[in-house]
Amino acid sequence: MKYVALVYYQESIINAMTEQEWHDLNQECVAGVEKLTERGNFLTGQPLESVETATTVRVRDDDVLVTDGPFAETKEQLAGFYLLEARDLNEALQLASRIPPARFGSIEVRPARELPPKD
Amino acid sequence: MIDDQWIGELYRQESRRVLSTLIRLLGDFALGEEAMQEAFSSAVRQWPVEGVPDNPTAWLIRAGHRKGIDQIRRKQTAHKYSHLLVPLDAAVEETNEQTIEDDQLRLLFTCCHPALPLSARVALTLREMCGLTTEQVASALLRRPATLAQAIVRAKKKIRDAGIPYEVPEAGDLPERLPGVLRVIYLVFNEGYSCSEGDRVVDVSLSAEAIRLAAGLANLMPEGEVFGLLGLMLLHHSRRYAREDEAGELITLEEQDRNQWDDAMIGAGLQRLEAALARTPAGPYTLQASIAAVHARAASAETTDWARIVRLYDALYRQQPSPVIALNRAVAVAMRDGPGEGLRLLDTLLNQREFVNYYLYHAARADLHRRAGNLADARQAYQRALALVTQEPERRFLERRLKSLNENAGFTRAHCRF
Repeated sequence: MKYVALVYYQESIINAMTEQEWHDLNQECVAGVEKLTERGNFLTGQPLESVETATTVRVRDDDVLVTDGPFAETKEQLAGFYLLEARDLNEALQLASRIPPARFGSIEVRPARELPPKD
Repeated sequence: MIDDQWIGELYRQESRRVLSTLIRLLGDFALGEEAMQEAFSSAVRQWPVEGVPDNPTAWLIRAGHRKGIDQIRRKQTAHKYSHLLVPLDAAVEETNEQTIEDDQLRLLFTCCHPALPLSARVALTLREMCGLTTEQVASALLRRPATLAQAIVRAKKKIRDAGIPYEVPEAGDLPERLPGVLRVIYLVFNEGYSCSEGDRVVDVSLSAEAIRLAAGLANLMPEGEVFGLLGLMLLHHSRRYAREDEAGELITLEEQDRNQWDDAMIGAGLQRLEAALARTPAGPYTLQASIAAVHARAASAETTDWARIVRLYDALYRQQPSPVIALNRAVAVAMRDGPGEGLRLLDTLLNQREFVNYYLYHAARADLHRRAGNLADARQAYQRALALVTQEPERRFLERRLKSLNENAGFTRAHCRF
């Protein structure tokens, strides 16, 4: 099954890191992706720029509404995602628990949904 | 003789085993349940005519499996579940006592999966493992049947859509997953007590169901903590006739008539505790069972080995530093060294915020002040506890204590005049 692992953390924690800590965290993620790829679990994924760079788009009554940032002020911000191939939820959770930010943020794991075939 | 009673008995004994295997063979909860019901219907029709098969369980599994496959074909949902289906003959041929036992464990671990909401885990376990109807579970948990049915449907949908596997965790994951299962069983047990008041029609004993679940689990997975929990529940349950008076009012451990404790159940509890202690190291349930055992062995509150209870709470607190354990430890210290020492400990706990609005904290404090003869402080603490308590029997208990305090105070004042 395909699962999406959404990585959330408080950006303030990242902002408080030293250059060295930030470097080490990134390298840890690189190594983690390498391992997932070797095992055939990594389909794709991407870290994101800070939530301060986010812009939200909505369409209401054909009007395109563009606003700054995400809609809600949440404690943790979306920081990246992984698309994983896993046997079942247990394996997906096991893989997600090894994503480095799981130690100070949280990882939301959800099965990916397929769009229905084209009519 | 095949009559309704015989069929009812067979259903009670076999339906959970048949169900747990059918869920695995058919790869779906709802389908497994439907197939199990249909298999029993067939048995009721066929067996009186054709005779009872040599192995009724295997017959029921085979019949259910066939019905399930028919169902999948009828609904043409095979593409969705086909990867989960176990081929008809192979699956049924290899079904034996061992696979049925494994399936029981699979069912329990799936019902107790941490990805499900806790309340749904409790409801699913009672329904699927214990075989209670949705109405019975709802009345036992004091929830509306419609709400509960919805929660169960949602949980089953998540099991299927999120890909929660039907399996017993691997040995390496067991230390992480087993406590979750034990927690659900203990919650069922405690629910049996906390729901026992009110206008509920008691037709099931959740406490007895929890003991049955733990006993079954101990057979299939003889881990120390499983025995520890089983021992703990047996030792608590042995006091069931002594913990309430005829009016349903709570009686404290100290004031219980120990002749009313169930000796046979105490014996069974102590035996399970021994089995748990033989499988070191002792986990939190085993330690709690050890504490219950000290009480079970004591002739009265005064002759209880409070020093040992304090040591056991120390060990328990190291594993689970929770407010309720800190509180119980302070009370045990008070019983060992006198109320003054207990009160001193309670004062130090107040630094932690969770105690400020915790009714048990204030109830314990009130009780120690009462024992120490500080009636004004006791009264104040009872009033604080009463303002925070939400459970009705506990409220009535605190009110009685407060009232008797006032009466005693009146008596003391009257007495002093002479």
